Amino acid sequence: MSAVTATTATADTSPTTQAPVPGGGGRGTRVLKAIWGNKKAFVGTVMLAIFVLAAIVPQIFTHISSPNTKQFEQMLPPGAGHLLGTNAFGQDIWAQLVWGTRQSLFVAVVAGALASVLSIIIGVSSAYLGGIGDGLLSLLTDVFLVIPAFPLIIVIAAYAGAGGLPVVIGVLVVTGWSYGARQLRAQALSLRNREFLESARVRGERSSYVIIFEILPTMVSLIAANFLGAALYALLTAAGLQFIGLGDSSSVSWGTMLHWAQSNEALETGQQQWVIAPGLCIALLGASFALINYAFDEIGNPALRPVRRRKGRK
Amino acid sequence: MRFLLRRLGFFVITLWVALTVNFFIPRLMPGNPAEAMMSRFKGRINPEAMHALEVAFGLNTQKPLLVQYVDYLGNMFTGHFGISLTFFPQPVSKVVLQALPWTVGLVGITTVIAFLLGTLIGMVSGWRRNGVVDSVLPPVFVITSALPYFWVGLLLILFFSLGTNGALPNDGSYDPSLDPGFNLPFIADVLKHAVLPALSILIISIGGWILTMRNNVVTTLAEDYIRMARAKGIPGRKIMFGYAARNAILPNLSGFAMSLGFVVSGSILVEFTFNYPGLGYMLLNAVDNQDYPLMQALFVLITVAVLIAILICDFFTAWLDPRVRTE
Repeated sequence: MSAVTATTATADTSPTTQAPVPGGGGRGTRVLKAIWGNKKAFVGTVMLAIFVLAAIVPQIFTHISSPNTKQFEQMLPPGAGHLLGTNAFGQDIWAQLVWGTRQSLFVAVVAGALASVLSIIIGVSSAYLGGIGDGLLSLLTDVFLVIPAFPLIIVIAAYAGAGGLPVVIGVLVVTGWSYGARQLRAQALSLRNREFLESARVRGERSSYVIIFEILPTMVSLIAANFLGAALYALLTAAGLQFIGLGDSSSVSWGTMLHWAQSNEALETGQQQWVIAPGLCIALLGASFALINYAFDEIGNPALRPVRRRKGRK
Repeated sequence: MRFLLRRLGFFVITLWVALTVNFFIPRLMPGNPAEAMMSRFKGRINPEAMHALEVAFGLNTQKPLLVQYVDYLGNMFTGHFGISLTFFPQPVSKVVLQALPWTVGLVGITTVIAFLLGTLIGMVSGWRRNGVVDSVLPPVFVITSALPYFWVGLLLILFFSLGTNGALPNDGSYDPSLDPGFNLPFIADVLKHAVLPALSILIISIGGWILTMRNNVVTTLAEDYIRMARAKGIPGRKIMFGYAARNAILPNLSGFAMSLGFVVSGSILVEFTFNYPGLGYMLLNAVDNQDYPLMQALFVLITVAVLIAILICDFFTAWLDPRVRTE
């Protein structure tokens, strides 16, 4: 979805302007420090932490342990007993929301991570190989980039039958890697003739060693940004897929909640919170990815950092 | 010229990949869903059409896969997409053509508006670093670009359609009681129906253009020719439009081509949310009804539409950027 371009496109300018530090010692701590110092990244990280907490231990946010059981009176308004009321099935909306975090976050993180791994493999080896191998891999990347992913996903999901998580994650990975691969290739290309790589080659290191221990550490921030972009894409696309009823409609997730809300005409029957709440959660989780991503961009590309007005020495 | 030939080659290759993927998906799926669909429709459609379907999905045929594949490619290029099962006995191509104008009108026009508006805002934002526009808009659009398309659509329905007692319609593309044609009430009604779907697409997609354009302008402003222009005393407005924006817009244009697939993907959900009778809505209907021929034809058509738009973008880039032409 365009959200991915929106956030990761900003990194487009960075590969050429970035000045990565060779080696990589202390890079991780510096990234952490940068997140701490960047307001956008800080807000994003706090939001993400809350969702992660809800995904791991939903019990601290709600006492209801089986959110899908139709155990309450139907269509109760929001109130003391039920924070967001109950829906047309008699399920507690708040409990569904809390328990739904787990699957939505899981899909986003797993599909995002797998897609990033794929884009690292294809992007970096494309740049490293050069020549005809590079030509073919770049072509493959571009082709996957422009083929509209969602119609393809719909076609695959339709044939695979409204499927379980593996199918959903699989199609998200297949359609989600290309943008990152393109960026990583550009970044790796700009590194190719650096002296520290030259010296590794002269030392007679294997190319697998050079790629893993010399090239990858210099691209940590770009890889992280790519992961966040891919996770955001996976989150939104999975929600869309569940919304139109091509996910597992008995699962507890935000997309599925929206699906049932829409098919029960929640808006027309005055159950707005049934629609607003899960969408808002998707939006907030997505925003936390996007905010951290945006900050990584600023860390990677100094030209984009906000200009500080000098108050003495900072 | 070389640039255009290369892009044309890319167009052909991408189209071929999409068609090939489309050919193999039903054949590689476990349990052969196409067969299940066929048995559902057995007896309801005539044997001749049945046979055509069997050929299309590679069932009950002695032909080797390669021959099937060549036949399939031939059918695609001559526009023989098969027969729709939901709209039986209409051919798929005819059904699809009814939906095409709605999508092209809604998504096409909205995307162009989003691009122009977003580029303009991004330019101003990048030009006045830390100005009002720059400090407010980018964070806002970081958030909006993370919203699900369909949810924005649902919110718009809640506030502007249900909240205003139906001042703006949220269902379909025009009032069926009106006489479709080139008359004022009909056109006004079509526009009224398009407002909310268009707004959802606009809200989500504009953020990307703003951010990219802003960052491009920021990068361009560091160039020597900008400093030169300033040193020569050229008025600021002229530098902004003639020097900075003009150079910054080129990457944005290729970004436009690249993200078109995302916009189209999102608009499918918007069409679904608003029951807007375009290609996306029809695609989801086809899925619901297990109308596989229609579904696959729609996938091909949407891909072709995106590819053609990208090709137009390439021609545009070649026209705007002399470096590309002389390459």
